[in-house]
Amino acid sequence: MLVAATDLRLNTTWIDYVLVAFYFVLVLGIGVLARRSVSSSLDFLLSGRSLPAWVTGLAFISANLGAIELIGMTANGAQYGLPTVHYYWIGAIPAMVFLGIVMMPFYYGSKARSVPEFLQKRFNHTTQRVNAVTFALSSVLIAGVNLFALGLVMEALLGWSLAVAIPVAALVVLSYTFLGGLSAAIYNEVLQFFVILALLIPLTVGGLARVGGWTGLQEKIIAAGNEAELHAWPGTPLTGIDNPFWSVVGIVFGLGFVLSFGYWTTNFAEVQRALSAKDMSAARRTPIIGAYPKALIPLVIVVPGMIAAVLVPALTAAKAGQPSDVTYNNALSLLMNEVLPNGVLGVALAGLLAAFMAGMAANVSSLNTVFTYDIWQDWLHPGKDDRYYLQVGRAVTVIGCLLAIGTAAIAGSYSNLMDYIQSLFSFFNAPLFAIFILGLFWKRMTGTAGWTGLISGTIAAVIIDVLVRTGVLDLSSQAGSFVGASAAFIVGVIVAVIVSMVTQPKPDSELVGLTWSLTSKEDRSHGPDGAATSVLTNPVALGAGVILLTIILYIVV
Amino acid sequence: MSEKASSAAASLFDLRTVIAILFAFYGVVLTIMGFVTATPENTAKSGGLNLNLWTGIGMLILAAIFIVWARAKPLGADAPPPGDDDRPPTHH
Repeated sequence: MLVAATDLRLNTTWIDYVLVAFYFVLVLGIGVLARRSVSSSLDFLLSGRSLPAWVTGLAFISANLGAIELIGMTANGAQYGLPTVHYYWIGAIPAMVFLGIVMMPFYYGSKARSVPEFLQKRFNHTTQRVNAVTFALSSVLIAGVNLFALGLVMEALLGWSLAVAIPVAALVVLSYTFLGGLSAAIYNEVLQFFVILALLIPLTVGGLARVGGWTGLQEKIIAAGNEAELHAWPGTPLTGIDNPFWSVVGIVFGLGFVLSFGYWTTNFAEVQRALSAKDMSAARRTPIIGAYPKALIPLVIVVPGMIAAVLVPALTAAKAGQPSDVTYNNALSLLMNEVLPNGVLGVALAGLLAAFMAGMAANVSSLNTVFTYDIWQDWLHPGKDDRYYLQVGRAVTVIGCLLAIGTAAIAGSYSNLMDYIQSLFSFFNAPLFAIFILGLFWKRMTGTAGWTGLISGTIAAVIIDVLVRTGVLDLSSQAGSFVGASAAFIVGVIVAVIVSMVTQPKPDSELVGLTWSLTSKEDRSHGPDGAATSVLTNPVALGAGVILLTIILYIVV
Repeated sequence: MSEKASSAAASLFDLRTVIAILFAFYGVVLTIMGFVTATPENTAKSGGLNLNLWTGIGMLILAAIFIVWARAKPLGADAPPPGDDDRPPTHH
């Protein structure tokens, strides 16, 4: 009793392709134009530290608004309903504000060009290299995931085969990042931000009009017996924890602290956007400016997912437990076909392709910087002139994209991409966050403690992952990655503390500007060039504003 | 990483112009489609809304905002740091 096969292909016409083509012309044009501004490795790898805060702020959020996010979060909206907003609010906003207000003075003020280079200044070369190598590895693996997901969508929506779609997509990202470096990647991320909104806003408005507005949507969800999906708290559908109290604890501490702070504060693909800002004030405002759209975006990502679940027959069937040939991952494209007329549909397709490229370009451009500065310049081939490292940066772009085609094949061998990403995250980000926080607030922590903490944390996460996969630990993959991240954090901290006790700390004079207690209050706020004159340019006021906005949003829903 | 090398990036073309170009083109195409293809079965998809028309108008407004912003505060006026090479913005 299978229902008729659901057609996943978009009903596109020539006009849609004209709109998509125009977008790609501009994307490549940005690469060509940005090339003229590249005259040094710093221009290529860090945009010459010249970008205004609104550009880096939107790029900050766009680098995170990749296709995995877009497809995954509409899928979550369809499956779990409103509790999905926790990923955006408690799971992102506090960490982004913390990054801007507390951590950015150390990152930007240290003049480090990358997260590993900051670790070298605070700890030692070994810590830098351990982190640089693991980061390079995870970047290539995650770029492969983005590429594979893009290939899947092009195959499903346009009928292109994976063998064609993956290299074509890699080539587009390669051409603009090769030409214009980080500036081209960041400028395109800002453009992508608006195009993705041009996909999401009409989809939400049109979808709501179809189901009779917000009240119509509520009535349909209640009629389907899913009222819990209309309340953000206690979020039991999302956590899978039946006890409401522990469900809230899981969201606040698991999602809101370990996972979210680990991701937002140490992930170089994100932090790099702030490091390319033109001054300390702009660098601090980067994640905070990004937090405003981050707080509002679930309204046009989660809500369409919820609409898709009541509007698209094949999804409604899947949700009611009947046999169906679609999964929640199809929610976004199914709703696009259901609601959008030709014209807007072309814009939406451009937005979807843009989202895929945003994720991969962020991976490739951050890989560039870490490989060129931390592995090649500081370690393997020091002392060459700057033109040499610029060439290395360009070469790494090409090699990174080629490797991503290879790792796309690895990603394709996993049945659930989200599980794969979560595992990678618990391996790399959670231990990094542990030693970062400890090193920031405890000046006694030693260089040796830095890298031993990193490695032991990673090993702890890998062990948990293996135990979950082999079924020794009886946990869902979602819970498994959370336990893995927590274990990595705890083991990392314990090992770092023990090792610090038996090794020699750095003298205070070498830690000025790198740890909290040895950095003056002025340096922690603005630095000499920080021009923060009004409320709109004051990071603390902006940060308070977005926290307030988030609290209001929580009260309203 | 010499100081003078980084000055080139300060004269990067104005991104606001590119955003305006994209959405002006999209806005014109969608607005026209909104008038031409607003058949009942097309608008029924989005609950009776003429989605092309309204999206098109929204995009034209967005393009206008970016043009006004780029005109009102051109790149050069945003005070390049002292000592920096003072080339005018090179967009066309």
